[in-house]
Amino acid sequence: MPTTRIGCGAGFAGDRIEPAEDLLHRAGLADLVLECLGERTIALAQQRRLTDPGAGYDHRLPARFERLLPPAVEHGVRVLTNMGAANPLAAGRVTRALLDRIGARAAVAVVTGDDVLAEVDLDAPAWENGIPLREHGEIVSANAYLGADAILPALDAGADVIITGRVADPSLFLAPLAHRLGWDLGDVVTTAAGTLVGHLLECAGQLTGGYFADPGYQDVPDLANLGFPFADVAADGTAELGKLPGTGGVLSRATVREQLLYEITDPAAYRTPDVVLDVRAVTVDEHPRGVRVAGARGTARPDRLKVSVGYRAGKKVEAEISYVGPNAAARAALAAEIVTTRLSGLPLRAEVLGGETDCRLRVAAISHDDVVLEAIGDEVESLYTNGPAGGGGVRVHIGEVLGIASTLIPRELVRPVVTLVETADVAP
Amino acid sequence: MLLHDLAHCRAGDKGNVATLSVFPYDERFFSLLLREVTAERVREHLAEFVAGAVVRHELPNLAALHFVCHQVIDGGVTTSLALDTHGKSLSSRLLSLPVSAAGDVTGRTATR
Repeated sequence: MPTTRIGCGAGFAGDRIEPAEDLLHRAGLADLVLECLGERTIALAQQRRLTDPGAGYDHRLPARFERLLPPAVEHGVRVLTNMGAANPLAAGRVTRALLDRIGARAAVAVVTGDDVLAEVDLDAPAWENGIPLREHGEIVSANAYLGADAILPALDAGADVIITGRVADPSLFLAPLAHRLGWDLGDVVTTAAGTLVGHLLECAGQLTGGYFADPGYQDVPDLANLGFPFADVAADGTAELGKLPGTGGVLSRATVREQLLYEITDPAAYRTPDVVLDVRAVTVDEHPRGVRVAGARGTARPDRLKVSVGYRAGKKVEAEISYVGPNAAARAALAAEIVTTRLSGLPLRAEVLGGETDCRLRVAAISHDDVVLEAIGDEVESLYTNGPAGGGGVRVHIGEVLGIASTLIPRELVRPVVTLVETADVAP
Repeated sequence: MLLHDLAHCRAGDKGNVATLSVFPYDERFFSLLLREVTAERVREHLAEFVAGAVVRHELPNLAALHFVCHQVIDGGVTTSLALDTHGKSLSSRLLSLPVSAAGDVTGRTATR
């Protein structure tokens, strides 16, 4: 039976780069996926784009691609990534320029159409709290989760590097699997199977023993050299998960089980743009070469797509101070009392972290008022000379907060577009 | 004994919903977990952190119990004031749940 090998070389925006390099050189991959777009990342990126029209893609894209595209080109591995974030076309031009510079003819395609700010109904209630979207704050972005059907035309056009904005994470894997194995996305059996593979791989090291170690209980070898996963997927949808020999980590029934249920709020109905996945009958078995998964079931894809709406929620201040030694907990509690007394009326959270003799007071608040934010930081800092004995190590951090609210949009209002980025598009 | 002696756990989050998956190290203890780790006990144990309903899904194929916890108090990731805005540490909090092994388990069965 035909099989294809797909790997995951990044599970979040800040992920390590060497494991993906290793996969490109040694795994014999057909496709490599770099999943780098968190829920809030796109709203942050949209803000950067508003101040600089050439920005708004993942700022780590150049560094990541500098190291990964040369071996991808060398070994003929197709690369798919959502590092386009809020500006996939700009990401495509940067990528084209990089490939031109190294003399690679690899074709770059960009998938857009996830930005639905103009189409989404902002009077609709957010599904988290029932409050209309526009009442959350100034809206900065609205992105629909596109599916594998949005990516397939780029693959059919022969693209070697595919850059998207918001796409459902498993769809980044399902699309190349469907393309390699000749699957029809309307077939729920293979679409469910490919979605399961994508769901398992999308967090990269979390499948291969990252986020798993508990010394003495779950020992994981060589985490400093954690290997990232790949899957050999057969045309019938069964998959064997593996990682490269000589890498750290562990891939077992235990690690796969954890990832299988990760973030699934209904095991009978995990909704993606491509399918409603039912994982209840999935089997996970260890084999000498890896871990075999089978048994995904599904029903037809939903009529509406999820939309993440980003809004300005103000700024958050976090201020901390430490107390250690005998009676530290009492001194930290007194410090908390002083701060809350002096700032009475402000909605803030004060908590003492740590044990009896090593405590850290943490004060946090969200506000739209810079004066309030700075006052909270100053009150914690003034504990140095005005608070209980022995306070030290004050840190104050103030940062912008982008909130995310979710809604649904009818599928027909979302129109994905694929653009091939030619060298001429890059010329200054 | 604590649940930590028998099982491992992974937390996930979707907005202000937390998911907690519990897996016995030794799958013979799945029935013990079915008995000991009920939705009610999880809700009580995490009452300080979870305001809403706790729903338990049983997945015998995977020897897994999967808890879906609604209205996580510090949840929402983006606008939470908690240090751990994702609620990722809820997994370890759940593992501090006392369980009765009723004579069928002795000591730590953990490391495989």
